[in-house]
Amino acid sequence: MSQENGDQMEKEAYQKVASRIEPKRPMLMNCVKAFFVGGFICVIGQCISTFYMHFFHFNEATVGAPTVATLIFISVLLTGFGVYDKFSQFSGAGTAVPVTGFANSMASTAIEYKTEGFVLGVGGNMFKLAGSVIVFGTVAAFIIGIIYTIATGQWGAM
Amino acid sequence: MYISKQSFRYESEPCIVSSGVVVGPTEAKGPLKDHFDKMYDDLWINEDSFEKAQKKLMEEACTETLTKANITPEDVAFLFGGDLINQITGTSFASRTLGIPFFGLFGACSTSMEALSLAAMVVEQGAPYVLAGTASHYAAIEKQFRYPIEYGSQRPPTAQRTVTAGGAALVAPTGSNIHVTKSTIGKVIDNGIKDPFNMGAAMAPAAVDTILTHFKDFQTSEEDYDLILTGDLGQVGRSIALEWFRQKGVTLPEGKFQDCGLMIYDDEPEAMAGASGTGCSAAVVFSKILHEMQQGKYKKILVCATGALLSPLTFQQKESIPCIAHAVVIERKGA
Repeated sequence: MSQENGDQMEKEAYQKVASRIEPKRPMLMNCVKAFFVGGFICVIGQCISTFYMHFFHFNEATVGAPTVATLIFISVLLTGFGVYDKFSQFSGAGTAVPVTGFANSMASTAIEYKTEGFVLGVGGNMFKLAGSVIVFGTVAAFIIGIIYTIATGQWGAM
Repeated sequence: MYISKQSFRYESEPCIVSSGVVVGPTEAKGPLKDHFDKMYDDLWINEDSFEKAQKKLMEEACTETLTKANITPEDVAFLFGGDLINQITGTSFASRTLGIPFFGLFGACSTSMEALSLAAMVVEQGAPYVLAGTASHYAAIEKQFRYPIEYGSQRPPTAQRTVTAGGAALVAPTGSNIHVTKSTIGKVIDNGIKDPFNMGAAMAPAAVDTILTHFKDFQTSEEDYDLILTGDLGQVGRSIALEWFRQKGVTLPEGKFQDCGLMIYDDEPEAMAGASGTGCSAAVVFSKILHEMQQGKYKKILVCATGALLSPLTFQQKESIPCIAHAVVIERKGA
């Protein structure tokens, strides 16, 4: 047996030992927590929407923008006070997937890189984490848009 | 004296004359608070960036050490040190302040024992005083390797928390009854672990390899030591190391095989599997452990600091994590 094969067997044996002993990520529990916390954030969003529609002159079509802006404001505020990451440790994807998670990724990077100055630090790094969401969000929207257009045959609408 | 490819015995038995440890707020709340020389209740350590804060931890650990030995930086021949920030600027900037001839090292979290080994070797060659020190800072290192600290990512149960601490020890030919007598320098071991949130599992085989090589080279065993202390394997790495030792035919008594990463925090929720960082083993060994040796709790110990030699780049390129461990024997001689 060559030296390399021996090393490979040693590695495989080790990885077996390691994966047996290390604590597993509590996947099911994480999913349940994410479902309820994420859902709860949506409930808060719905309450804010209803509030704006009831007390201000917004309707179903226009209430989206002020609702999202309010949620972003709350998320950035909580990030600044240093508590958003504490919630996230509990809820995982529940706080990462909604728009609040996007706001947190930008605010946290802005805070982190403030010591490198406003232009190269804050400006240059703010989209470090959020950038890929925007890139792949746009790419996905483009592809879905093409599929939708082909499927429905609404060329005239373009 | 050179023993084998990996091991040295120091015939002149260099002494650890004094040591100093300076820590940040979370560590100051932990169980070792009575052993630290200086504690800060703010992560900024009165500086305007976390990188400068880490530099200051290193500087102050060195000056605390020198003050205790009643000497000035001019008396020190060399400083061996390193950290985890890019290009080890934390340590080299601290050396600029101290003005001591400087050897910059990178062995990730194993740097403390790498530095102590080299300091002993240089003292054996006739240098009067040599400093060995390392530092790490929670926020600076998270920024270097992971996400912004306020970013809401969920850390798995295997994750560890970087220690905010600087620790230094002064090695000299005479002057105390605590001696550095042997060291075994580790090989880089990579058993294919890729998860940067599971450093314990990545580093455990390096610790096992170095400790077993040490036993073989000096024809000794765990029975000769009062304590075998690893650097920052954490809860997960320690359990895996114990099992890996067993598979290699060595059963270590649980009580004798301890880990620095499990000593710094009491009940810190962010710590998950334990503490880590270049400052971790330095902060524990150069405070609590040396104090307890002076008090007579231990006579002969083996400290094996472990380091994960990855960078954010190698992780993103899907490379596995190569690790290293260096072991040093510290002994109390005489009454």
